Amino acid sequence: MADAAIHGHEDHRGFFTRWFMSTNHKDIGILYLFFAGFLGLLSVTFTVYMRMELMHPGVQYMCLEGARLTAATAADTCTPNGHLWNVFITGHGVLMMFFVVIPGMFGGFGNYFMPLQIGAPDMAFPRMNNLSFWMFAAGGTLAVISVFAPGGNSQSGAGVGWVLYPPLSTSETGIAMDLAIFAVHLSGASSILGAINIITTFLNMRAPGMTLHKVPLFAWSIFVTAWLILLSLPVLAGAITMLLTDRNFGTTFFQPAGGGDPVLYQHILWFFGHPEVYIVILPGFGIVSQVIATFSRKPIFGYLPMVYAMVAIGVLGFVVWAHHMYTTGMSLTQQSYFMLATMVIAVPTGIKIFSWIATMWGGSIEFKTPMLFAIGFIFLFTVGGVTGIVLSQAPIDRAYHDTYYVVAHFHYVMSLGAVFAIFAGMYFWIGKMSGRQYPEWAGKLHFWAMFIGANLTFFPQHFLGRQGMPRRYIDYPEAFAYWNYISSLGAFLSFASFLFFIGIMFYTIRAGQRITVNNYWNEHADTLEWTLPCPPPEHTFEILPKRSDWDKGHAH
Amino acid sequence: MAHAKNHDYHVLPPSIWPFIGAVSAVTMLVGFVLMVSPQIEADSRQPWMFLIGLVGVLFTMFCWWADVIGESRAGDHTKVVQIGLRYGFMLFIMSEVMFFVAWFWAFFKSALYPMSANYPTVDGVWPPAGIETFDPWHLPLINTLILLCSGAAATWAHHALVHENNREDMKKGLALAIFLGVCFTILQAFEYSHAAFGFAGNIYGATFFMATGFHGAHVIIGTIFLTVCLIRVYRGHFTPEKHVGFEAAAWYWHFVDVVWLFLFAVIYIWGQ
Repeated sequence: MADAAIHGHEDHRGFFTRWFMSTNHKDIGILYLFFAGFLGLLSVTFTVYMRMELMHPGVQYMCLEGARLTAATAADTCTPNGHLWNVFITGHGVLMMFFVVIPGMFGGFGNYFMPLQIGAPDMAFPRMNNLSFWMFAAGGTLAVISVFAPGGNSQSGAGVGWVLYPPLSTSETGIAMDLAIFAVHLSGASSILGAINIITTFLNMRAPGMTLHKVPLFAWSIFVTAWLILLSLPVLAGAITMLLTDRNFGTTFFQPAGGGDPVLYQHILWFFGHPEVYIVILPGFGIVSQVIATFSRKPIFGYLPMVYAMVAIGVLGFVVWAHHMYTTGMSLTQQSYFMLATMVIAVPTGIKIFSWIATMWGGSIEFKTPMLFAIGFIFLFTVGGVTGIVLSQAPIDRAYHDTYYVVAHFHYVMSLGAVFAIFAGMYFWIGKMSGRQYPEWAGKLHFWAMFIGANLTFFPQHFLGRQGMPRRYIDYPEAFAYWNYISSLGAFLSFASFLFFIGIMFYTIRAGQRITVNNYWNEHADTLEWTLPCPPPEHTFEILPKRSDWDKGHAH
Repeated sequence: MAHAKNHDYHVLPPSIWPFIGAVSAVTMLVGFVLMVSPQIEADSRQPWMFLIGLVGVLFTMFCWWADVIGESRAGDHTKVVQIGLRYGFMLFIMSEVMFFVAWFWAFFKSALYPMSANYPTVDGVWPPAGIETFDPWHLPLINTLILLCSGAAATWAHHALVHENNREDMKKGLALAIFLGVCFTILQAFEYSHAAFGFAGNIYGATFFMATGFHGAHVIIGTIFLTVCLIRVYRGHFTPEKHVGFEAAAWYWHFVDVVWLFLFAVIYIWGQ
C-alpha cells in the first residue's frame, strides 16, 4: 500500500465538491460522524434540561409562562408545561434512535471502516452512499424543525414519545407530528439505501481470498446490522404511513370507531422497534471486539461463535417484539412465547460477553482510553442485559412496565452500552481518520467522568422504578426526591464530560500530536485499515491488498 | 481519479444529484404536509412547495439514472460491478417486500380479529357489517390474468434477448408487457371508481385501498421502468451478455406480479 499512500495527499478537490458531492466512503463517514455528533449534542442538551427539571419535586423550569433557565421561586408564577416536557422526551428519543446512534455507528464507522477492513476501494454504490447521508441530514433537519412547528396543545412540537403511539399521535393537533413522521421516513429511506450498499459491498467486494469466515468482526457486525435495517425499517415505514393517512385522510387503521385498533400499531412498530435495538448495539459489539483484541494483545477468543452469536441475535431480534407489550391484553400463550423467546437471546449475548472476557484473560492488557471504554461497555451492557432478563418476565413486567426501571434498563444498554462503544471507536480510530492523536490523559479523564456520571444518572433510576415512579412525567411526589437528585447530579457530570469530549475531538483535529506510523497501537490491531497511512489517502486499495496484508494465520 | 485503478470496481467521480435529491425530497415532504394537512385552514393549503419538490425529485431521478446509463455505455460496469448491481436490486426488492408486509399485517389483523362496537371485546365480522366487497371473479380476475400475461410477455422479451438475441421479438414482448401494464392500471382505476365503500371512516376501505393502492403505484413505476428499457432496446443498449437494467426491470415486474397474486388471493377472494 505504500505507493497508494503518497498520491492521496495531493487533494485538489474544492470544499463543495469534497463535502457536498462526495462519492468517497471515508469522507461520507466523516460527514455522518459530524452530523450525528451535532444532533447528539442537541439531544443530550434536551435531557440535561429535563434532569434540571427533575432535580427537585415541583416544576421550576418548564413553565407555561415561559421556559426558564433559573429556578422559579415562590414569587414567580409557574404553571407546569407538560407539553414542553413531552416534546423534549419525543425529540430526545427520535433524535437518539434515528439520527444519532444509527448514523454514528452504521453510517459513520460502518462507512469508513467496513470497506477498509475488507480491502474494498470504496462502497459498491458510492453515489447512493451520499444520498444516504443527505437524506439523513435532511431528515435530521426536519426532525429539529418539527420541534418548532405548530404542534399539540396550541404549542410547538410533537409530544407523543418516540414510539409515536396512537391515539395520541393520530389526534395531536398541528403539523409537528406530520413533519416528525416524514423525518422518520427520510431517515428510514436513508438507512435502507445504506443497508443495501453495505450488504452488496460486503458480499461483492472483499479482498481476494477473504472468505466470509475470515472477515474482521467489526465488518461482520455492520453486515448483520444492515440485514436488520433492510428487513425491519420498511415495516416501520408502513406503520407510520398508516399514522399519516389516519391523521390526514380519515383512514381508521388505529381508530376503534372505524373498526381499527391502536394495538395494531404497537405490533407493527415493535416488529421494527426490537430489531432496532440490535441495530443500535450490534456495531458496538463489532467495535468492542476489535478494541479488546488490540489492547489485550491477543486474537479475539472464539471468532466463529462471535460471528454466529451476532447472526443469532439478529435473527432472534425479529421474533420477540411483543415483550414490549405485555400489558396490552395479549393471551397467556402469547406472553409465554415472547417471554421464552426473549430469554433465549441471553444465550448468544452471553457467548459474546464471555468471549470478550476470555480474550482479556491471560492477555497483556493495556488500559488505553478505547480499552477503558470497551471494558466500561462490557460492564454497563451486562447490567443492562441482566435487567433486560428481569423485564422479559411477563409477570414482573406488570410491575415495572412504564416505570423508571425500564428507563434505567434501556439507557444501560443504549445510552451507556452503545454510546460507550461509539466513544471507544472514536478514540480507537480518530488517529486513523485525522492523522493526529488525542491526548491520552484527556481521554482517560473523559472516561472516568463519563463512567461515574452515567452510572450516577441511571443506577438510581432502578431504585426509582422499584419505588414505582412512572416514566414520562414532568413532576413527582416528595418520596422520589432523593434518588432523582442524585440522578440529576450524574446527568450534569455526564454532560460536562460530553462537552469535554467534544473539546478533545476539536483539539485533536486541530492540534493533536501528528501520527507518522500506519499502526499506532500494536501488532494486534491487524485489520486492513492499519496498513494504511493516517489519514488514509483519498483513494485506498487502488491495488487490492495481498493476502499477507490481512491474513495473520489466526481468525480475527 | 488521479491515477490508474488496478481493479474492476467502479470508483465514481463526485456528483451533485444526491444533494439535490435529498433537498428536493425534504421540500416535497414538507410541501405535502402543507398541501393536505386538515390542521391548516383549507384556503391556505398550497400545493406549490410540494410540486417544486416533486419536480426536483423527478429531475434528480432522470439525471442520475441518465448518468448511470451513460456510465454503463462507457464500459464502467464490469462483470463484478454488474454482480453488485444485481445484489443491490434484489436487496431493494426485499425491502419492498417488507414494506408490503406492513399492509398485509394490517389487513390480516383486521380480518382475523375484527373489532366491533363492543371494543375491546372481539366479536366483529369481516368484511365489516355494511361493506359490500368486489366480486373477485369479475374485474379482479381479469386484472389478474392481464398482469400474469404481462409478466409472461416480459419473460418472452427476456428469452428473446438471452437465448436468441432477437431484438424484434424483444421489442414486441416489452411493448406487450407495457401495454398490458397500462391496461391493468386503467382497469384498477375503473374498479376504484365503482367501489361501494369509501377510503375514509372504515377499516375495510383503509386496508383495501392502501394495500392495492401501493401495489398500483408499483405497477405504474414498473411500467415506466419497462418503458425506459424499451427505449433502450431501440437504442441497442442490451446484449445477451450485458443487460442488468432490463433484468432489474423484469425482476421488479415479477415482484409486482407476485404481490398482486397475494392481494388477489387474500384480500379479494379470502377476505370477501
